Amino acid sequence: MNIQETYSALGLSDFEYDRILELLGRAPNFLELSLFSVMWSEHCGYKNSRPLLRRFPNDGPRVLQGPGENAGVVEVGDGWALAFKVESHNHPSAVEPYEGAATGVGGIIRDILAMGARPVALLDSLRFGPLDEERNRYLFREVVRGIGGYGNAVGVPTVGGEVEFSRAYSGNPLVNAMCVGLIRTEDLMRSRATGDGNLVVLLGSKTGRDGIHGATFASDELTEESESKRSNVQVGDPFAEKMLIECCLKLLEEGLLVSLQDLGAAGITSSASEMAASGGVGIDIEVDRIPRRESGMEPFEAMISESQERMLAVIAPEDEKEVLALAERYGIGGNVVGRVADHGDLRVIEDGEIVGSVPAEYLADAPVYEREVVRPAYLDDVQKLDLEALSEPDDYNEVLLKMLAHPNLGSRRSIYGQYDHEVGTNTVVRPGADAAVMRIKGNNRGFAVTTDGRGRHCYLDPRGGGAATVAEAYRNLSCIGAEPVALTNCLNFGSPEKPDGYYQLAECIEGMSEACEAFGVPVVSGNVSLYNETVMGPIYPTPVVGMVGVLEDVRRIATPAFKREGDMVVIIGPPYGYFSFAGSDYLEMILGEVGGVPARADLSTEKEYDDLIRRLVQDGVVDTAHDISGGGQMVALAEMALAGGIGMDYEGEVDLDRLRRSEEQNVDLFFFGEGGASFLVAIPEERWDRLQDALVGFAYDWIGYTGGDGFKVGDLIDLSLDGLKDAYERDLFGIPGEVVGGTEPVG
Amino acid sequence: MRIGVTVFPGSNCDRDALHAIELMGAEPVELWHADADLKGSDAVIVPGGFSYGDYLRPGAIARFAAVMGPLEEFAIVGGPVIGVCNGFQVLCEAHLLPGALLQNTHMRFACDRVRVRVETTETPWTSGCELGEELTLPIAHNEGNYFADPETLARLEDEDRVVLRYLENPNGSMNDIAGLCNEGRNVVGVMPHPERVSDPVLGSDEGMRILQSVLAEARV
Repeated sequence: MNIQETYSALGLSDFEYDRILELLGRAPNFLELSLFSVMWSEHCGYKNSRPLLRRFPNDGPRVLQGPGENAGVVEVGDGWALAFKVESHNHPSAVEPYEGAATGVGGIIRDILAMGARPVALLDSLRFGPLDEERNRYLFREVVRGIGGYGNAVGVPTVGGEVEFSRAYSGNPLVNAMCVGLIRTEDLMRSRATGDGNLVVLLGSKTGRDGIHGATFASDELTEESESKRSNVQVGDPFAEKMLIECCLKLLEEGLLVSLQDLGAAGITSSASEMAASGGVGIDIEVDRIPRRESGMEPFEAMISESQERMLAVIAPEDEKEVLALAERYGIGGNVVGRVADHGDLRVIEDGEIVGSVPAEYLADAPVYEREVVRPAYLDDVQKLDLEALSEPDDYNEVLLKMLAHPNLGSRRSIYGQYDHEVGTNTVVRPGADAAVMRIKGNNRGFAVTTDGRGRHCYLDPRGGGAATVAEAYRNLSCIGAEPVALTNCLNFGSPEKPDGYYQLAECIEGMSEACEAFGVPVVSGNVSLYNETVMGPIYPTPVVGMVGVLEDVRRIATPAFKREGDMVVIIGPPYGYFSFAGSDYLEMILGEVGGVPARADLSTEKEYDDLIRRLVQDGVVDTAHDISGGGQMVALAEMALAGGIGMDYEGEVDLDRLRRSEEQNVDLFFFGEGGASFLVAIPEERWDRLQDALVGFAYDWIGYTGGDGFKVGDLIDLSLDGLKDAYERDLFGIPGEVVGGTEPVG
Repeated sequence: MRIGVTVFPGSNCDRDALHAIELMGAEPVELWHADADLKGSDAVIVPGGFSYGDYLRPGAIARFAAVMGPLEEFAIVGGPVIGVCNGFQVLCEAHLLPGALLQNTHMRFACDRVRVRVETTETPWTSGCELGEELTLPIAHNEGNYFADPETLARLEDEDRVVLRYLENPNGSMNDIAGLCNEGRNVVGVMPHPERVSDPVLGSDEGMRILQSVLAEARV
């Protein structure tokens, strides 16, 4: 193999190789080339996304740590802080779904642990192709099993997440895992290596050949050959991770750590060079002191192996004995594998000889590609939609049941029933609501967390979809009563080297940033997953947002479930004129179309209404609230009825007959249209005056009463709760070969 | 009253149990697996989790841990012991309780809240409950399907040793058994997690009906 073939095989371009030559002033040896190859992959180096990511606002009054560390950190109050981040494991999950998903969970937990925080909550945002394909059913089943298999055993509750099915994800599923950790502000850990002569200790499992070049693999498109890259996928051991967590937290508690870093993509190379670069120091790694799982491993293999359940710590030399004794107590490996040095290089030493040496800052400084943002032609095609031509359905009962039975709207119980969502005894609101709520033991405070993604919307209108994604998360937290404080995101996109992909990435980031600014919610951490393409084309551009909100009093919350018979049900939202079918679930599920420019409330209106709902919850006026999202008002009402096991009668002041005759607003649109900034609440009748006082200046309508075991809307819908339940509560793993989510993306 | 909680590598409900003991007003004591010492505990909780990663079989390795020696002696002389979830599996593997817990018949991990009925109050862990009382308790397990040979099962029923019974069987357990006790009635194993419903902020404190029963032991 000549040198060009070698660096090409490692995923480096001619330009990048020339840059390496220029930086080093000499040719790199194979080991050094391997270090560059993993660190300059998109996965580690963000070379296509870095200039765009600078657009995100990062500052806020509660931010203790923004992007650049293992996770973002925000202050909760009373000396508590939350560390959180979301990360993708899409490519590994596409070829080996169980282990891909499991190690995705393990990896994000270690990011949180590296900040010194105890991981307390997990969420997963998933996308698959429709369940009419056997391969998709297999990926879905195994990914869910993998998340449960790892998360349940490691003892961190999986409290939320989301899943959607669409042809756009066939063969390229998305598996994004988010973790939230709790920490006292004074215990916050950083990954900066400091102190010439300090020791570098590798904690956890032994190092094998698993996951060699996983980071490079994750930065490529999926092809037939991807199957043969199964060996690039790591194998997880949640038991080892559990012991690693307990050991690291004990080391922190004892004050034995100078800095801490997880080992993820690109293994020791990435961890050591990042620790060195951020501390402005060098690190010597004595590669022969890395405990091996198998014999005959080359130095480069030990350096870039992605074996799981390992952490790298910097400690003072005098603490060596105590640190290693604690590792032994927890039954995990603890080995001094190197030391901090003031030469600024990541130096690899074997048998006392330097076998590779590269300035750490070069590794951390991948070249940056800025491209032109050009509006793709496909947008003109897909945004065309003649809404006038849509006819009103004949049978509203049938429409509602069909939508509730769709895997994109139906109950997720068959998924979260496989995840332990209560271990830790902090889960106040369990999966199935708008957001999960966790308490913080020892005081009344708590936090709420949600993940949201709107791939179809981003596909039809990248900028609007990006903003709508952030708005959705902001709305979900608000309607549970939490004050949104910061977000993390995972940007799942196709190839940035193609104009369409780059445009989608740039525009979604722009839309998300605009929403972040409007809501005052900064981005404190994130991850980028590009090259999500198969022979069938790219995925929907799918930025996933994980947003965290603070609750001063964890008992002052609202959930969607109807709680009492005879409650008044009220719709609150800007005047309905802006509801639209464009890009809606109704359009896809009932009419089989994906098109139009989805409507959304302008950001200031969204904020006004969301903040209003939060105040109503915090003031104790409202304990039952749900946002109107996918599927529109009727789906949201059905969810509230089903969650509470109480029916409703839509007999309020909305004149359905008048709506029916109206020019600008039709019943079907009012029932199933989407647009944001809209909510449903239910209150006991004696609070009606109080609610009306609070709603001065806002648009709302009383729409009916809760009660009974039926779901009745004028003479249009008349269903029993049992009937709704049969449609909604389906086992998503028991759907054989049925066509669902089957609309083809255009363009 | 001092209540010990065993901590095996891979236990993950140990901290939850310790917290619940605090809420009960008793003194929580951590019992590290490698120390053959119950540290003067008046009662012991063997908590849930995945001890030793559930490798081989759930509970199969934990039974050989150093702490199990004094725990078995404590159990034999009538000390109150409750195994929850993985703790139940450990007590079966240690032959402190009869039978075994197999994989759920539907082959999936099951996390839910289920209704159970208290079938006997003649144990230190249900003495504070009403006979026939119905509780809603969380479950979270992959191997909760109770199995015993017909003679053992008949004995359990004859001797009134079924402690909790599911109203709707979530895992295929024989005779809908959710919990049972040993011949001496002092050792109880349950699959549901009482410590997870020990605080009203979590939506329920019905689990305290079980855990607090043991406090009566301190007074005799």
